[in-house]
Amino acid sequence: MATVSQPAESPLVLEGVTLTQVTSTVAGVVERRTPRAWWFAFAFTGSLTLVLLAMLTYLVTTGIGVWGNNSPVGWAFDITNFVFWIGIGHAGTLISAILYLFRQRWRTSINRFAEAMTLFAVACAAIFPAFHVGRPWRAYWLFPIPNEWSGMWPNFRSPLIWDVFAVSTYGTVSFLFWYLGLIPDLATMRDRAQTHARRVIYGLLSLGWRGSARHWNHYEMAYLLLAGLSTPLVLSVHSIVSFDFAVSLLPGWHATIFPPYFVAGAIFSGFAMVVTLMVIARWFFGLHHLVTMKHLENMNKVMLATGLIVGYAYAVEFFIAWYSGNPFERFAFVNRALGPYSWAYWTMVACNVLAPQLFWFRRFRTSVPVMFVVSLLVNVGMWFERFVIIVTSLHRDFLPAAWGMFRPTWVDLLTLAGSFGLFLTLFLLFVRFLPMISMSEVKAMMASREGA
Amino acid sequence: MSEHARKYWRSLSEAAGDPEFRRWLEREFPEHASEWVGSRRALLKLMAASFGLAGLTACRRPEERILPFSKGVEGYVPGRPLYYASIMTLGGLSTGVLVETHEGRPTKIEGNPEHPASRGAATAFVQASVLSLYDPDRSRAVLRVGRRSSWEEFEAFIASHMKAAGKGEGLRVVSGAIGSPSLADLRAFLLERFPAARWIEYEPLGREAEAAGAELAFGRPLQPQYRFDQADVIVSLDADFLGLDCLAPVWIRQYAERRRADSMNRLYVVETGYSLTGANADHRWRARPSEVGEVARYLSRQLGLGGLKAPDPGAPKWLTAIVRDLERHRGRCLVLAGPRQPASVHALVHWINYELGNAGRTVYYTEPVVRTGAEGLQRLAEEAEAGEVKTLVILGANPVYNAPADVAFADLMRRVPLTIHLGQEPDETAALATWHLPEAHYLESWGDGRAADGTAAIQQPTIAPLFGGRTAAEVIALLADYPQRRSYDIVRQYWLRQWKGREAERAWAQALHDGVISGTEFRAVAVSPDPRRLQALLAQAPGKSEDLELQFHPSSSTYDGRFANNGWLQEAPDPITKLTWDNAACMSPATARSLRVESGDVVELEAGGRRIAAPVWILPGHADGAVSIALGYGRTRCGRVGNRVGHNPYPLRTLNTQGFLRGLQVRKTGRRYPLVTTQEHHSMEGRPLVREATLEEFRAQPDFARKPDGKVDAFSLFREHSYSQGHQWGMVVDLNACIGCNACVLACQAENNIPIVGKDQVRRGREMHWIRLDRYFVGEPDDPQIAWQPVACQHCELAPCETVCPVAATNHSPEGLNDMAYNRCIGTRYCANNCPYKVRRFNFLDYHKGLQEVEKMVYNPDVTVRMRGVMEKCTYCVQRIEEKKVQAKAEGRPLRDGEILTACQQTCPAQAIVFGDVNDPDSRVSRLKRDPRNYSLLASLNTRPRTSYLARLRNPNPELAAEEGS
Repeated sequence: MATVSQPAESPLVLEGVTLTQVTSTVAGVVERRTPRAWWFAFAFTGSLTLVLLAMLTYLVTTGIGVWGNNSPVGWAFDITNFVFWIGIGHAGTLISAILYLFRQRWRTSINRFAEAMTLFAVACAAIFPAFHVGRPWRAYWLFPIPNEWSGMWPNFRSPLIWDVFAVSTYGTVSFLFWYLGLIPDLATMRDRAQTHARRVIYGLLSLGWRGSARHWNHYEMAYLLLAGLSTPLVLSVHSIVSFDFAVSLLPGWHATIFPPYFVAGAIFSGFAMVVTLMVIARWFFGLHHLVTMKHLENMNKVMLATGLIVGYAYAVEFFIAWYSGNPFERFAFVNRALGPYSWAYWTMVACNVLAPQLFWFRRFRTSVPVMFVVSLLVNVGMWFERFVIIVTSLHRDFLPAAWGMFRPTWVDLLTLAGSFGLFLTLFLLFVRFLPMISMSEVKAMMASREGA
Repeated sequence: MSEHARKYWRSLSEAAGDPEFRRWLEREFPEHASEWVGSRRALLKLMAASFGLAGLTACRRPEERILPFSKGVEGYVPGRPLYYASIMTLGGLSTGVLVETHEGRPTKIEGNPEHPASRGAATAFVQASVLSLYDPDRSRAVLRVGRRSSWEEFEAFIASHMKAAGKGEGLRVVSGAIGSPSLADLRAFLLERFPAARWIEYEPLGREAEAAGAELAFGRPLQPQYRFDQADVIVSLDADFLGLDCLAPVWIRQYAERRRADSMNRLYVVETGYSLTGANADHRWRARPSEVGEVARYLSRQLGLGGLKAPDPGAPKWLTAIVRDLERHRGRCLVLAGPRQPASVHALVHWINYELGNAGRTVYYTEPVVRTGAEGLQRLAEEAEAGEVKTLVILGANPVYNAPADVAFADLMRRVPLTIHLGQEPDETAALATWHLPEAHYLESWGDGRAADGTAAIQQPTIAPLFGGRTAAEVIALLADYPQRRSYDIVRQYWLRQWKGREAERAWAQALHDGVISGTEFRAVAVSPDPRRLQALLAQAPGKSEDLELQFHPSSSTYDGRFANNGWLQEAPDPITKLTWDNAACMSPATARSLRVESGDVVELEAGGRRIAAPVWILPGHADGAVSIALGYGRTRCGRVGNRVGHNPYPLRTLNTQGFLRGLQVRKTGRRYPLVTTQEHHSMEGRPLVREATLEEFRAQPDFARKPDGKVDAFSLFREHSYSQGHQWGMVVDLNACIGCNACVLACQAENNIPIVGKDQVRRGREMHWIRLDRYFVGEPDDPQIAWQPVACQHCELAPCETVCPVAATNHSPEGLNDMAYNRCIGTRYCANNCPYKVRRFNFLDYHKGLQEVEKMVYNPDVTVRMRGVMEKCTYCVQRIEEKKVQAKAEGRPLRDGEILTACQQTCPAQAIVFGDVNDPDSRVSRLKRDPRNYSLLASLNTRPRTSYLARLRNPNPELAAEEGS
């Protein structure tokens, strides 16, 4: 076995792993009998998904009033959850597209996983804009499609319409990207299939992939093009989501810093979610030799960097509020830090700014328990960031007589929990039926290493 | 049944005359309607008949002959409303109204501009009264000991019963105050027939003290009539003459007209609770109820009443300043005391006014319109105890709920063998009565009444009784075997007798048309005080004590409890506390500190061995050492809306403590009670929202209100829309006139089909009012001033809501209105989030769900009822704009300025709201927008609102202002 191409760094695939082993490890997860633990996990997350369905049914039949939203807090958990899940969805495309273009080879072990997570997160996110409207049966009016209001277009000046385009584009491109990358692996699954059903299903899904040089040529070209296409999307989606707020005139929302701040926050939370899930999957399916400490450490470094950006943004917001001299703006930020929702603000600061500081130290950066806890905290913190931005800005704006408080109802809480149920259920289905690590890419990387 | 249906086709008027048919008609549903098993043909017949009858029941012509719409009402165009002049009576005093009816159903009440008590304005109670008409919990049937009976049975019973009544030794009648001339006439007839009978008029919020004070001062009970427009200086001693003690909306108008900078009056208020009047005062002092009398005595002595000039060196400086101000304005000032103050205080006030030369100028005296008194009840209780009362007739009153506690009216009822109760609700008194008779609502019955100044007017029905109710006059006619049995005949014959001759018919028609009978106001009576008796009052000095005192005051929502089942009123926030769906024991922060209680703590209030529980509400500006509580809550049998809402203070209120009581004990119970307000934050946070200045500051710098905005230098990259063509609607709200009374809130609710959401939804911050009255406390928490600001949609030219709506459901009209397309709205709520004024209201739930058909009758057919999931907000009453535009076009003339009145503007007693075309430089609204006091709310956001505000002015006494400023 040849030495590692970059001897100074820790290996991306552990020594002594052969190409066959890669295939059998990854494909084996899908081909083995379903572990009992998977069923337990699936039962749990499936129940949570049913809770989500029940909550949405209750919502649609009864009205938005089942949530705690009110006047002045028109948006609360709904849009918080939306932005949260969209943010989670950011790591996937970043890893797939940007790191691919920058030839960051360490992405190969985790990109499939992260892309799948992106898709599921976008699916969870899409629920909220669709169901937060008062009349969800009319939500299709958000799309520029012919309807009974013939000739009536949506209002293209509204950031919510931009959202519709940004998120649907992002969802589509992410899906295509993910699926394209899956094709060679699906063909591998087809070739290894022991049952007729598997052969047919994987056969159909692999779209006739035979691994010819022409196929590889087209594949590489298409992958590169899609990577190029999705790269701006990484930046655009959350920039546009942030426009929902930045374009309004509400103190605490109306800020030019929002696009970069939201993008950084999204990458931050996305990576945190990848780490959370990867640590579990790696341990459960025994993927230590494919997802090495090097991968995890790199992700932690990205979290540290984006966490610092987010922390900087928090500080700049306060500075600008003071520097602008706008009394409404000043009040909004004083109220954030010291008002009735200060607990949420300081939870956010503790989780997003303080917790990642541990990653300055290599010891913590490479400690699985530490990174697991920190990634969880960052997830919590990033949810609260959106909550703080949305609720604390809305609850006290211009006219003190119209101020109010938001208190979540049990439906709010169960809907949030249910969205996690859906996310995790989709994830469990993914790890059960699709190769969670890109076999072809890992093997290609190993092959290039061996050729070196 | 089918026979009548057939008959109907042949001749409607013939059928309508048939008594059995009439009974069928008055029923809400045909007999056995639910178990109908006829043929299809029969069913169709019945349906056809029902359609015809829907019109029949709906229209009640003055002739009271039921006339179908197929025959046509003169001047009636289907789809367009008809207006009828009538009156609404509260506490025996009436105010003129115009009733808007659509296809025979009244939907909206406006003030009658011809009526001197209204002059076009209507209070919140008047506005909301139309909802009570359609209250499904109203009494629907004659009940005999709780079992369903009928009017026929009652008629038969009472005819035989009254035959044995002899001279009426055992007959007693209890009613509310009677201002109605025809009913008073009927009463005289009854008492003539049964000379030993007795009639007691009891009003829980009576104004006996005023008349009794006049009796003390002038030797005869007289009613003071105030002329607020004549007074340069007004001193109110716990008289909420702009709020709940206001007897005629015109008082507010008179007052507001004198708040203009060129002839501004000055208002001093000494009071216990924080009233609307106190909130509008230029100077306000807090005093316990018993100390208010001390102020009257101080004033009397300082003014040297009865020739005894006895300046008190110990008198507070503010009192001497008031005295100097009063003396400077002899004949142009006015002192008045509230109805909760005892007769002695009123006597002194009458005397002060007389000595200051105000009598005949700012106040004159007339015979009282109503004579009420709780003492009659006491005697009644004694007689009942002795078994002397055989028949007790209660007309439109609810004494079991609201009689003084020491009368123990419920026990009294049990001692009387026959009790007959006429009431609109199957209420607390009905539950104990032998007979309960449903009473007709004022919108469905004939009657008459007098305004506070004595002006008489006819009450004209606009719909046949929905639930078979009759009037008090009709019941008395039965009792007394009066020649006329129907209200219409009773009222008409009474007035025809007054006029006599050939002119009588014309006068009757004129009275119906105008809604007022001119020349019927009471003449002023010359008065002269008796100084000897009054000096004795001066000498009185009630022993000082540090006891807590409890003041009872009317509720802004339920009045004395009679409107408890009215959801509009229950949900209307109290103007000062902003509490909805509740009353509370209000106290000052200092009192709460000393009692160690907080808002929401349930306390036990005990006085004289009686106790009630009530939650505490800390009210900045309340007098220390006192508690005040609104009456009219905690009802148990008024209906589904009002039952068990709030806490009932009547069990503490005795004959001698109708206004307030001393020696109150407050004990903490440790329980908490959720009190709900529509405004949780009370400080303006230093923001220039309500802008105000003193009169002197205004004179020195007339455009003070514009300073805080600086220069809004807006530059747009786009070519902006031009609003220079056609009508451009705009509104000005004069904060200097607005007294914060809630009438606009209720008018808007009635006009625009705004739903009631209930206490729980208000707690969640989901009240639906399109216009709200922002109330801010300014200054020290213990003794703050209050500033108001009515806020509805500002109709911004650069509306932040419009750009963010993803489906373009809210857009600008060419006339500058910010329109809502309800059926395009999908309910993202983004518009509400982006509205800096937070005036948009979202239907979080289906707030119209489960309404009975009769409740839906109150809806204004010109306004869409919004479904759940859509956003709504003030439209500037676009339906009224369009109606008048169409009318002007049909008549081929341009719209006149002032022709279009928004609902809030039309009802405003202070005329604080002006609406019109800002493109017309001569319109009133344009002229007001050029006023130096004009400013826009949050102008710095460059939203360019079409609604602007005129800054408020206060006129403090320079002597005191200097002191307060330091």
